[in-house]
Amino acid sequence: MSIRHGLLALLERGPRHGYQLRAEFDAATGSTWPLNVGQVYTTLDRLERDGLVVQDGAPDADGRIAYRLTDDGRVEVGAWFRSPVTAKGAPRDELAIKLALAVTTPGVDVLAVVQAQRTGTMRQLQELTRLKARAHDAPDELAWSLVLESLVFRAEAEIRWLDHCEARVVRAASRRPAPAVTGAPARQGSRR
Amino acid sequence: MSAPVLVLSGVTREHRQGETVVRALRGVDLSVSLGELVAVMGPSGSGKSTLLQLAGGLDTPTAGRVRVEGRDLAELSRRQVAAVRRRSVGYVFQDLNLLPSLSALENVALPLELDGVRGGLARRAARAALEEVGLGVLAGRFPDEMSGGQQQRVAIARALVGPRRLLLADEPTGALDSTTGEQVLRVLRARCDAGAAGVLVTHDARHAAWADRVVFLRDGVVVDQSGPGAGAESLLTGDGAR
Repeated sequence: MSIRHGLLALLERGPRHGYQLRAEFDAATGSTWPLNVGQVYTTLDRLERDGLVVQDGAPDADGRIAYRLTDDGRVEVGAWFRSPVTAKGAPRDELAIKLALAVTTPGVDVLAVVQAQRTGTMRQLQELTRLKARAHDAPDELAWSLVLESLVFRAEAEIRWLDHCEARVVRAASRRPAPAVTGAPARQGSRR
Repeated sequence: MSAPVLVLSGVTREHRQGETVVRALRGVDLSVSLGELVAVMGPSGSGKSTLLQLAGGLDTPTAGRVRVEGRDLAELSRRQVAAVRRRSVGYVFQDLNLLPSLSALENVALPLELDGVRGGLARRAARAALEEVGLGVLAGRFPDEMSGGQQQRVAIARALVGPRRLLLADEPTGALDSTTGEQVLRVLRARCDAGAAGVLVTHDARHAAWADRVVFLRDGVVVDQSGPGAGAESLLTGDGAR
């Protein structure tokens, strides 16, 4: 996640200092990916260096400096919203790697690996759903509930993928030729 | 937790198909209490629907016990089982079976009237059940004047009208789009929270996630369960999330 673009987008609303930016970022995303203030100020320094933000007036009584967008910064925010987010290459996915190794490592009970993950992901999905049940439909909850639902849909996709893996592993096992029974039709209905 | 409304102990159900015996369920234990919603997931043929049929007294186990509100269904006469089905158990199926010639209110009141409850009383209970699912204002409408989601909520109201405390739902969101399906799940969840025990059979993980417990069935056996998660907020940093 680019903190850069997150902060630029927040500055589109008007000048803000670092603490405000952090609070507004956390409010929109339900503190799902909390920022620390150090990260915020480091990023603001870089944005200033790149000419995308400038300091807005003198420090306030607490010594906090507000920043505002430059024209270049505004162009950058627009471009960010318009362009799709693309994952750069396939990020290393521990679960996919684990399953790939499980099906190729002798003696591993692949179905048990799948089920353990399914239970774990379902538990996660239940927790997310509990949070969602508490979120109201008020307008200020919209941003946060959309973030929550993105996590919900991802967990659901993982469970569907696990179901798919399981079906393929079972099918592959049933196709493996049993010794000395070549030509016999595959037994059906053993999965009931 | 209160005494369980539904208890399956060591339940096995075999079907004879010619020479072979197919075991649809093998030694299943399951207990559901008031306030609890349990989801059952598994691939087709894993025994999900058989489990629901047994729980509702629509089928009898080959071995094991089914108790509904403390009564062992095997010890009851056929007539007593029918009475348990009418009075203690509500069913919601994908196929709604609402009667098209009756209004929402009349559809919901029907099971009570069939059970001998007087008309006025039955209609009052039906109205309360419809209000509970957020459809009080549509009580006079006929099924074909309502959306799929509204019809499904009428079916849930009908399943829970009167004193029934066990709710059995088989793919209740099957024909609905995802937003409407979620509304139905919210109603089911709220009804269980308000004092019912629910069993929900679904293939949809997002819907199963509304349950307190998810039971995974495979080849007629419970292979795993995901109980109440340890530390509900562990996923997101602290309860500051909300």
